[in-house]
Amino acid sequence: MVDTITGNQALQIEQPLIFEQDEPGRTAVDLPAPTIQEDRLGGLRRKTKVGLAGLSEPQVVRHYTRLSQKNYGIDSVFYPLGSCTMKHNPRLNEKMARLPGFGDIHPFQPESTVQGALELMDTLAHWLKELTGMPAVALSPAAGAHGELCGLMAIRAALEARGDARKVVLVPESAHGTNPATAAACGYEVESIPGDGNGRVSLAGLKDKLGPHVAAFMVTNPNTCGLFEGEIIEISKAVHDAGALVYMDGANYNAIMGRVKVAELGIDAMHINLHKTFSTPHGGGGPGAGPTVLSDALAPFAPLPFVVHGPDGFRMIEHARDAAEGQQPFGRMKGFHGQFGVFVRALSYMMSMGKDGLAKASGDAVLNANYLQARLKGSLSASYEGPVMHEALFDDRFLKDTGVSTLDFAKAMIDEGFHPMTMYFPLVVHGALLMEPTETESKQTLDAFCDTLLALAAKAKAGNADWFKAAPRHTPRGRLDEAQAARKPVLRWTPPAQVAAE
Amino acid sequence: MRYLPLTDDDRRAMLETIGADSVDALFRDVPRAAWNTAAPNLPDHLGEIEVERALSVMARKNLDCGAAPCFLGAGAYRHHTPAALDYLIQRGEFLTAYTPYQPEVSQGTLQTLFEFQTQVALITGMDVANASMYDAATACAEAGAMAARITKRKRILVSGSVHPHYASVTATQLQHTGLDVEVLPPDPLAMEDLLGRVDEDLACLIVQTPGFFGHLRDVSKLADALHELGALLVVAVAEPLSLGLITPPGEMGADIVVAEGQSMATPPSFGGPGVGLFATRSKYLRQMPGRLCGETVDVEGRRGYVLTLSTREQHIRREKATSNICTNSGLIALAFSIHMTLLGEAGFTRLAEINHARAVDLAGRLGQLEGVKVLPAAFFNEFAVTLPKPAAEVVEALAARGILGGVPVSRFHPTYPELAEVMLVAATEMNTDADVDALVAALKEIL
Repeated sequence: MVDTITGNQALQIEQPLIFEQDEPGRTAVDLPAPTIQEDRLGGLRRKTKVGLAGLSEPQVVRHYTRLSQKNYGIDSVFYPLGSCTMKHNPRLNEKMARLPGFGDIHPFQPESTVQGALELMDTLAHWLKELTGMPAVALSPAAGAHGELCGLMAIRAALEARGDARKVVLVPESAHGTNPATAAACGYEVESIPGDGNGRVSLAGLKDKLGPHVAAFMVTNPNTCGLFEGEIIEISKAVHDAGALVYMDGANYNAIMGRVKVAELGIDAMHINLHKTFSTPHGGGGPGAGPTVLSDALAPFAPLPFVVHGPDGFRMIEHARDAAEGQQPFGRMKGFHGQFGVFVRALSYMMSMGKDGLAKASGDAVLNANYLQARLKGSLSASYEGPVMHEALFDDRFLKDTGVSTLDFAKAMIDEGFHPMTMYFPLVVHGALLMEPTETESKQTLDAFCDTLLALAAKAKAGNADWFKAAPRHTPRGRLDEAQAARKPVLRWTPPAQVAAE
Repeated sequence: MRYLPLTDDDRRAMLETIGADSVDALFRDVPRAAWNTAAPNLPDHLGEIEVERALSVMARKNLDCGAAPCFLGAGAYRHHTPAALDYLIQRGEFLTAYTPYQPEVSQGTLQTLFEFQTQVALITGMDVANASMYDAATACAEAGAMAARITKRKRILVSGSVHPHYASVTATQLQHTGLDVEVLPPDPLAMEDLLGRVDEDLACLIVQTPGFFGHLRDVSKLADALHELGALLVVAVAEPLSLGLITPPGEMGADIVVAEGQSMATPPSFGGPGVGLFATRSKYLRQMPGRLCGETVDVEGRRGYVLTLSTREQHIRREKATSNICTNSGLIALAFSIHMTLLGEAGFTRLAEINHARAVDLAGRLGQLEGVKVLPAAFFNEFAVTLPKPAAEVVEALAARGILGGVPVSRFHPTYPELAEVMLVAATEMNTDADVDALVAALKEIL
């Protein structure tokens, strides 16, 4: 229990909602009075108040500063969320995205006035194609799931172009939820492929499911168990032999960038999360960008818009009629030209790292994950034999009969100053703890983390379930009642008078 | 290399602990054929100075909107960004946090999302809003799919008032879902007959106000007619600042409102990233796509916030989810919310007045030019004009004079020759009297 009069805990200050700090008329901007003779609103002038809160600038700055202090971020703590690639976000990227020539340009300026922006997009595309060995890339998808949709729509367009739409997309049981959701959004039925018992796709199980009704196989590689699908070339061949196409989910591309030419794996499409692999910030849930590389079979169907080299410089192709012969874009996925500000940040990172640095980074990411696995596996239960790729998967066997769950263990880590790993995912092991350290963590940090986890594991095994159940204790809030939030959803602030009336 | 903390000594010691000979040995599961033996045709690493130099050269090849009188809109608007806003969104605890899956160490992000959802509901006049979508175009497609789930109908009608990118993204995104998306031709004069096209098979009608050509529209009667037929009204808003001055869609009977939050959140940045706003009625809550933040209490009974109702979402429901969206546009949503907080009621409504006044003045000046006609009678801060020459040529001639004067509609609708001479012109608080004088003077020469 907090024992202060205010409920504050020194640097942690209780902060009311902005609406609870409102004074009518107050504002944090000084704007001149408008001069207008007669409006041209056609009688549609707003008759009601909007209801926004009025605060001054110092109040606004303090409000958000205090709220920020209730967050863990990569800047402040080790954040080993599996499958999320929480690597350092260089501030150079932010500075570059704010250059007036990038930040303050409009999507519909004449092409002659944005040649540098088109060059940037073309350069980013060149890097992505060179790194993967794939012949084409669609830049416009806004995030990973959007890239998946791009890949599947290209696959569907290619199949329909040969008069063979097909009905089913196969997805391994260890896949991210976005894979089946995307397949459904593209009009496919989803069938699950079992694992081989060692954390990988069962090639035999896959072959059993392949047939003339199958449009595509979606495979995350490295997969969500942190393992490389070593039979991927055979998998691709089997899928192609059945007349289907291969979508590789590139969520975990950080493990292989600069080291593995994915084109040689026989795949047809893969999205790349610029907000993971290429260091652009997650921002508390986006924005991201999910450029999708495409094989020769899919390249003609890439969505609009795209940049081409014209006689007088770069051109943006925004309509199918302007595309080269043979191009049959399947449509448009995004307003304007994609996540340009994310492109700038990603290219800034790529240029900083270079091809040598990217290969070194993926090597260090894999080294760090294997180091965690090696140091922890004697005490925590590693789900599969290594070597692992970018992340190490443990399950809750080591907590058996302790009364401590994966969740309790994770919450105790919070008090120790670490963001928890991904919990209860993938679904293929019980009580999963999925740890992805990335390459931007030092050995000292990893050692401190391992020492802490080993001590926590020992503490759990010694029978301290209640202590774990009460964690976290040192956070702005203790465990929150998620059941109540879902049972009686309160999704916005409502004025007290209105609440009373309801 | 500045972003990599491990030293060679560290690597050796770690490999020893692991029991591997080399880092390469850790990649033994990767088929040899795929090893990147031939180095890609890319440069090696660079220092900060070199990267900054190279990217600055690229940036300088662009004419930035701050360096020219700029009247561009068409769905992306340039407003002043208060200094405090850009500082606050760069605080590392916001910038470098993940999606708030661990609420005890994410109350900062979660409370700002709760406040964001409230602000979006307030300005649109709706009951509830989600924690953001990618942009307005994809939000429009999601709204169509949501209306189909609610009404259990398959036909979606998109008005010619809707931004052509929103319309084409909606058509693309829904093309394999078994829904029938009909996009009406562009409607520069706001003459289309929508009431004549709605029937009992319709899931929803999507309209935009202010429309793509600038027209303000009272959609109340449309809403009544649609509701009579059991269909929904989706209203798209490309410029959310308009909601500070005009009657919000929620007060005109909209069932779902989608909007592009860019104009109130971030500089145009060549069109991305923006943020999709998505609001609806309470009764449709469980059919909504995207993340939702809700209020609850912690173990000690203190108010706190969590992500909630996630049984609608892909990580729980997989192929039965309401949408495949995962990462959304969190940081831009935060920027939007901070800007709304800085403005407050007084600032938001005044900024909207200023924009309208600027546009009314500009429309008056342009309307006096020979051969120029302002199309909408009622508008907010943007309107279409017809010119005596092809708009694409006029825009190029203006750019040659260092003026970003407007957006030619032919860029969106190249197959409509009757639109070749139509140009969109927007005015905001960023435009000065001198900007307007320069545009008018240049047009006099060109036309």
